[in-house]
Amino acid sequence: MSVTEQQKIAYVSAQAADARINFELETEGMTLSIGPQHPATHGTLRVLVRLDGEQVVWADPIPGYMHRGYEKLCEVRDYAQVTTLINRIDWLGSFANEVPFILAAEELMGIEAPPRAQYIRTVLFEMARIANLTLFLGDMGVQLGAITPVFYAFRDREYVLNLIEGATGGRFHPNFDRIGGLKDDLPKGWIDETKVVMRRIRRFCDEIDDLLVGNRIFENRCRGIGVIPRDIALEYGLSGANARASGIDFDIRRDEDSPLAWKHADWKVWTHPDGDSFARFWLRQQEVRESTKIVEQLLDGLPAGPIRAKTPARIRVPKGEVWMHTENPLGEMGYYVVSDGSPGGPFRCKIRTPSFSNVSIVPWLLRGVLVPDVITILASLYFILGDIDR
Amino acid sequence: MLVAGTFLGIHAAYWNETVLKVVLILSLALAVAGAFVQVYLFKMVSHLQSRLGPMESGPHGSLQLMAEVLKFLQKEDTRPAKADRWVFGAAPFLVIMSTMLIYVVIPIGPRGVVANLDVGVLYALAVSSISVIAVLMAGWASANKYSLIGGLRAAGQLIAYELPLVLAVVGVVMQAGSLNLQQIVASQAHFKIFGVGGVGLFAIPQFAGLLIFVISSQAELTQTPFDMPVAESELVAGWMTEYTGFRFLIFFIGEFATAGGLAALAAILFLGGWWLPGMGAHWGQLAWAREGVGLAVMFAKVMLVGFLIFWVRFSFPRFREDQLQAFAWKFLIPLSLADILITGIAKVAVRA
Repeated sequence: MSVTEQQKIAYVSAQAADARINFELETEGMTLSIGPQHPATHGTLRVLVRLDGEQVVWADPIPGYMHRGYEKLCEVRDYAQVTTLINRIDWLGSFANEVPFILAAEELMGIEAPPRAQYIRTVLFEMARIANLTLFLGDMGVQLGAITPVFYAFRDREYVLNLIEGATGGRFHPNFDRIGGLKDDLPKGWIDETKVVMRRIRRFCDEIDDLLVGNRIFENRCRGIGVIPRDIALEYGLSGANARASGIDFDIRRDEDSPLAWKHADWKVWTHPDGDSFARFWLRQQEVRESTKIVEQLLDGLPAGPIRAKTPARIRVPKGEVWMHTENPLGEMGYYVVSDGSPGGPFRCKIRTPSFSNVSIVPWLLRGVLVPDVITILASLYFILGDIDR
Repeated sequence: MLVAGTFLGIHAAYWNETVLKVVLILSLALAVAGAFVQVYLFKMVSHLQSRLGPMESGPHGSLQLMAEVLKFLQKEDTRPAKADRWVFGAAPFLVIMSTMLIYVVIPIGPRGVVANLDVGVLYALAVSSISVIAVLMAGWASANKYSLIGGLRAAGQLIAYELPLVLAVVGVVMQAGSLNLQQIVASQAHFKIFGVGGVGLFAIPQFAGLLIFVISSQAELTQTPFDMPVAESELVAGWMTEYTGFRFLIFFIGEFATAGGLAALAAILFLGGWWLPGMGAHWGQLAWAREGVGLAVMFAKVMLVGFLIFWVRFSFPRFREDQLQAFAWKFLIPLSLADILITGIAKVAVRA
């Protein structure tokens, strides 16, 4: 199965619409610029669509309105300063951005953080995922017109953010990960509070079940909309929940050997065979549930010991290059770090962000759909502008 | 009507009477719109979404409405450079006119009706559809692509849901045997179901009609789940995108006053209007008490229907354009036709 029958028909009719413009009825197509300032794009993504009535003939995403030159900026900072910067890539799950970079630096230096630090890193990583994806679950409702779920999402995400703040001192941008470990240990009473909040988040997922998943209108708007077949997803380099919703059973947390503590928890990688907007929504909901389980299990088995390995007072990364990637809330995020052995920062730092690859499928996906479905598809692909433009 | 007469039992000259009527309509429409906005849009939805809503202006935010109106009045009144000047300016006033005209025939008491037309139902539904033209005008004249798409979507939707709205009323009209709204209230007062009278609700035999009426009014108001024309996540604000300040305020009042008007129609047609069980002829000496009780009962019923409308509005996602057309043509219209058929058969069978 490469392209579904429905998509073939939509594509053919879109081509026909394109040919019809200015010919048959002497109608004119309309070029609509959705964004960069628009309520549907969370940030400044511009999608240029050519319309025939309400049908999209072609669409083109134009990123770059928020480009901040992070790869270049990384080169003029030292390793400890880079984490402050890369916190702002995917701003909803900030801690998850720091981890792969720190892991890359650790690998270059040949340091391994102690087990307690790895556990706490994983816990905060998963909490960043929860903070990120709960907002998606509510936002999907808003994009489809149901404004109540997003307030529930903000309410329960607030508890997670408070906990992240309690542990790291920063709600949005923790800047907590250090080469060789973490800045601090967990505060007193944090573990018990976190377990309560995880139960609360699971209840939020059940509320989303009640509010959206069982809703007939929601299903009509999502099922069969924006179908990405498995091989197309592979060709465009989709990752994360978008790929798993197309039936690709791949999760870096499970499939690759990582120093982080996922291997010590019992959890499941969900996939969905449909590849439509509903599958992507449903899959992220399951991922939030799994993340809460990971957090609870890791906190139960939290080993004692130091939280920081012995590192030299002045970080000096030896010459070499390394590729390190993790399964971030939005998909596969990786850093290719090249060090020339000088005392400063990396010589070159290539950042692979999931959203950039995920929106690359937009022109293919939006052919022949209707304007309301554009919003559904963009919302279900779930990108963060900082993650596209970085 | 045109001679000096009695209105609400007051003998007055023609122009005095007219002023009184205009003031009555304005205050009714604004009071209902204000109550909907303050109670439902500000407070109920906030508590529904586990937040407090406006709390600072007045006790428990009760003066927020004033603050909002003042805010809109202070705003700059902008108009797009390429807008069609007159059409752009006229559209909001056409909307509010269509709304105010509904209130002319709505009875709020035994004598509390501005014009007791014999074709009241027909008139109310006819003037409520003037707003389609206004919406098209606003969408076209704004010279904005989002406005245009919104206006066209709205026109298609309002016309599609006009039909079930009218058809849902036919059952009630058949049962009451009149198009006059006061007559419909009176016939509900005397209406007996299985020999048991005094309940005074056409909602019991015409339950399907009530359902279709409320759903269609939801669509006529372009409220979620039928808010595709103003879908804020894709069309910014549909045909209202380019309107600011006072003009937007007029649209806003029009929207909520229409909600009140249609809720009042639902209350009159299906829920017994101003009539309260026990409010019989023996109240004859207490004419003004009857007016007052009628107004209170009517207001309570309007708020009840309004609660339904806003409850649904804040709980559901929205239909896609083709889905909501299919819902109107393939489900609501056949259902309302079946309702008319069954009502007709029942009426003939019972009376014969």
